[in-house]
Amino acid sequence: MLVHLNKFINRFFIIFLISTIPFSVFSEEKKINFVKTHWSFEGIFGTFDRSSLQRGYQVYKEVCAGCHSVQHLSYRNLAEKGGPEFSIEEAKAIAAQFEVEDGPNNDGEMFLRPGKLSDKFVKPYSNVQASTAANDGAYPPDMSVLAKARAGGANYIYSLLLGYEEAPADFELDDGVYYNKYMPGNKIKMSEPISDGIVEYSDGTDATKEQIAKDVTNFLVWASEPHLESQHRMGFKTIVYLIILIIFVYMSKQKVWSRFGSTEEDKEEAFDKVEKVVTKYEGEDPNTFR
Amino acid sequence: MSETKYIPKSKLAQWFDSRLPLLTLSHHLKEYPTPKNLNYWWTFGGILTFCLITQIVTGLVLAMHYVAHVDHAFESIEHIMRNVNYGWLIRYVHANGASMFFLAVYIHIFRSLFYGSYKSPREVIWIIGLLIYILMMATAFMGYVLPWGQMSFWGATVITNLFSAIPLVGESITTWLWGGYSVANPTLNRFYSLHYLLPFLIFGLVVLHIWALHVPGNNNPVGIDVKKNSNETMPFHPYMVMKDIFALLLFITIFLWFVFFAPNVLGHPDNYIEANPLVTPAHIVPEWYLLPFYAILRAIPSKLGGVIFMFAAIFILMLLPWLDTCKVRSANFRPIYKKFFWILVFVVILLGYLGAKPPEGIYLTLSRLATAYYFIHFLILLPFLGRYEKTDPLPNSISDPVLDKPGMLDKFKKAAAKYEGENVSSFK
Repeated sequence: MLVHLNKFINRFFIIFLISTIPFSVFSEEKKINFVKTHWSFEGIFGTFDRSSLQRGYQVYKEVCAGCHSVQHLSYRNLAEKGGPEFSIEEAKAIAAQFEVEDGPNNDGEMFLRPGKLSDKFVKPYSNVQASTAANDGAYPPDMSVLAKARAGGANYIYSLLLGYEEAPADFELDDGVYYNKYMPGNKIKMSEPISDGIVEYSDGTDATKEQIAKDVTNFLVWASEPHLESQHRMGFKTIVYLIILIIFVYMSKQKVWSRFGSTEEDKEEAFDKVEKVVTKYEGEDPNTFR
Repeated sequence: MSETKYIPKSKLAQWFDSRLPLLTLSHHLKEYPTPKNLNYWWTFGGILTFCLITQIVTGLVLAMHYVAHVDHAFESIEHIMRNVNYGWLIRYVHANGASMFFLAVYIHIFRSLFYGSYKSPREVIWIIGLLIYILMMATAFMGYVLPWGQMSFWGATVITNLFSAIPLVGESITTWLWGGYSVANPTLNRFYSLHYLLPFLIFGLVVLHIWALHVPGNNNPVGIDVKKNSNETMPFHPYMVMKDIFALLLFITIFLWFVFFAPNVLGHPDNYIEANPLVTPAHIVPEWYLLPFYAILRAIPSKLGGVIFMFAAIFILMLLPWLDTCKVRSANFRPIYKKFFWILVFVVILLGYLGAKPPEGIYLTLSRLATAYYFIHFLILLPFLGRYEKTDPLPNSISDPVLDKPGMLDKFKKAAAKYEGENVSSFK
């Protein structure tokens, strides 16, 4: 049986190799080399860096939120496990900084009230058209799932934020369009959003451009995958459980199968017989071949 | 089928079984004789059943939270991902489950091609299997539309537009499919309805597929008939059940690795951008499992021609039992077919790769060559091989000891080839 399994795995491997050939042979397109940095959320045990997420929220609020919405996040998420983990009080205070339209009240009027934990993040513009009009015809995308909506994910966002450069001499740029190394087509309508010291961190972290880019990218990855930590934890436990289970199931399977058919000795005997016959009659009179 | 008639032990059970033979059925399933030499490629039937049930169960839960409306679909998916308890798990299992389902079905189909499982007397099993495969593609395609992301919308637009290539009635058919003049809310609603219905049709066909299988019994790696109820077969339970569970657990481990650690690698990032009829994505690509057919579609210079060839590529498989006239089933005894089988595997994977690339330059040339080869394989090579290929001598039975040891079979083939014409089919 182990022989069968071995063969099976070998074949599987061969097919896998075959399937990679087209990709290795024809992938002559240039690979984008993103700016390299280490992400704490990557890997099987990946978790978010809490203080980076908190700083990231600050960057979002002070730098991005003027144009970009994060409409699928609620203020309560800020206090939930696996996220920035602000205290409930802090999250309440954050929510209360925003005016939320509610209603209609008993008089049939809509009214404004301070935000609550259950409210969704308040959007800078009431609709896509308004934000497009306000931004010179370019819609600043909602950032709720941005990290999942771009090839390259976190690396792409981080690189883009640091990828503003002088355009090459022969590169034509219209007014209000900027050159970015990592934007597909290299043209971007967003002006360089961050620079050294554009925010002041209360925890004393040095607000370099790289640090700011990293913090806000962390925040955006969490925003698009708020359950990432429990996903990783559950994943690890599940895989370990499965591996143990597989070992036991394999052993019971072997035990069950041993009830059936010939023993190893019987098989050996049969092999020997065949071997003898084959070697004996190779090259001899075929008529005796029986 | 077991030859002896099954009679339940207790009086009550006999009373019930004579009115509805459920106990006889379960006895049959338990005792169903399977060839003892089945290898691990044969475990994918059970794995596929698991995949179908997983998709139905997770789909049921998702349907409780999903809103099929163009204004709310994308948002409701995010609601599932964020606010529904373990919603992210259920959705990722469902989304990756579709990919795993297709991975397993492709292995299952190529297993059948290698070991000639579609040949007499198993043609009906094969055709029902293909119907299941076609329904699977339809279901997966409509399911991919439901999140209402950019690829959902534009994929739906491209695929439904194919029907407009039909002369005279094409435009009307497309309008009828859309329920309007473009892919819009009525389209999303009917896709949702059908996406919920089709899996149950698949389930029905799976029952027929297994029923049809249980009439002649399993094919096996040697490809010769086994003597039922001899020492060449073993009862399905517990032997095959244990083996299938073991293989299934290995499969589930790979499956869940994707779910927990790379849930989005098999999808397209653009589908996390809400559908926008005014913005066309740079490259519209279907999910990976449909790419080979997409490549064939685009390889043909005319739209109608592309559509015809794409559907022909699927339906040609229905004729396979009659295109492949060779009586020997297993490729292990067909040295030339075996080589062409691997070339076909390579060509199909190549087509899949080309389907993900823009249809221009070298990619287009290769797509055309690969498409041509795909049809040549089935329409020319197989009938030709059936006629002229010199197959290796077959062992007398699957318990022939020459089959038990690696290397022994080759010696047997060599010796047998030497004394061809003599009765050397077995070294008893």
